[in-house]
Amino acid sequence: MFKALADRSRRKLLDQLHAQNGQTLSELCEHLDMTRQAVTKHLVLLEAANVVATVWRGREKLHYFNPVPLHEIYDRWIKKYERQRLRALSDLKKGLEASKGK
Amino acid sequence: MDTPKTVYISYIETTPEKLWDALTDGEFTRKYWGGRRIQSDWLVGSPVKHIREDGGIDWQGEVLKSERPRLLSYTFHMHISARHRGEQPSRVTFEIEPMGAVVKLTLSHDGFVSAGATFETTHHGWPAILSSLKSLLETGNPLPFTGLGFGRSGEARTSLT
Repeated sequence: MFKALADRSRRKLLDQLHAQNGQTLSELCEHLDMTRQAVTKHLVLLEAANVVATVWRGREKLHYFNPVPLHEIYDRWIKKYERQRLRALSDLKKGLEASKGK
Repeated sequence: MDTPKTVYISYIETTPEKLWDALTDGEFTRKYWGGRRIQSDWLVGSPVKHIREDGGIDWQGEVLKSERPRLLSYTFHMHISARHRGEQPSRVTFEIEPMGAVVKLTLSHDGFVSAGATFETTHHGWPAILSSLKSLLETGNPLPFTGLGFGRSGEARTSLT
């Protein structure tokens, strides 16, 4: 997944989907300064990393930004730090309220 | 079929049957869905409710499709605030496909107003819920919710666990 996000063009593609979810390949190409082949190649990588989800509508393939793998990383590495911060704030609030009550 | 507004995919090391039960059994949802129990007899046309530990209802709907262990779809009307209640019921669909040793879970959520309250809440909620579900099925441990998930817009319910 980090490899998928390591490329500027692929991050731009994800930004596009984040701004408007459910685009076809042609719609994505309209907003990007890349060949159709390049966009296709990037989409394959993003889909393999599961940060892009695809759904077929008739003969059209629609692309969606899939935040689930990013959330798994958030849960694994980021949330624990956030929780410590929240606990510190909570302790501070309790401390301040307790001293106010005296 | 109209265009889904959001699509979420998770690959989970489990069986389709276990995943189905995890989505439809209230005792199971309580573990990974912030203490909330899902309640329905899962017959097409039956009501579905999502009940908090305090007995309040987060959302309710009606079963549209129920084909164990492959396809589950219900309408979804959030009750957590007046803004949510004022929006039309949306639609949630779970597709379960075995892929070798893992199961692909595709969740599509559509039929809500763009940038509305339901979208805002669920767009933060679904990834948290799916990550917690994946963790529970694969390791036996759900992920702790820190006021995220469906509690996000209800500030009063934000906990510091």
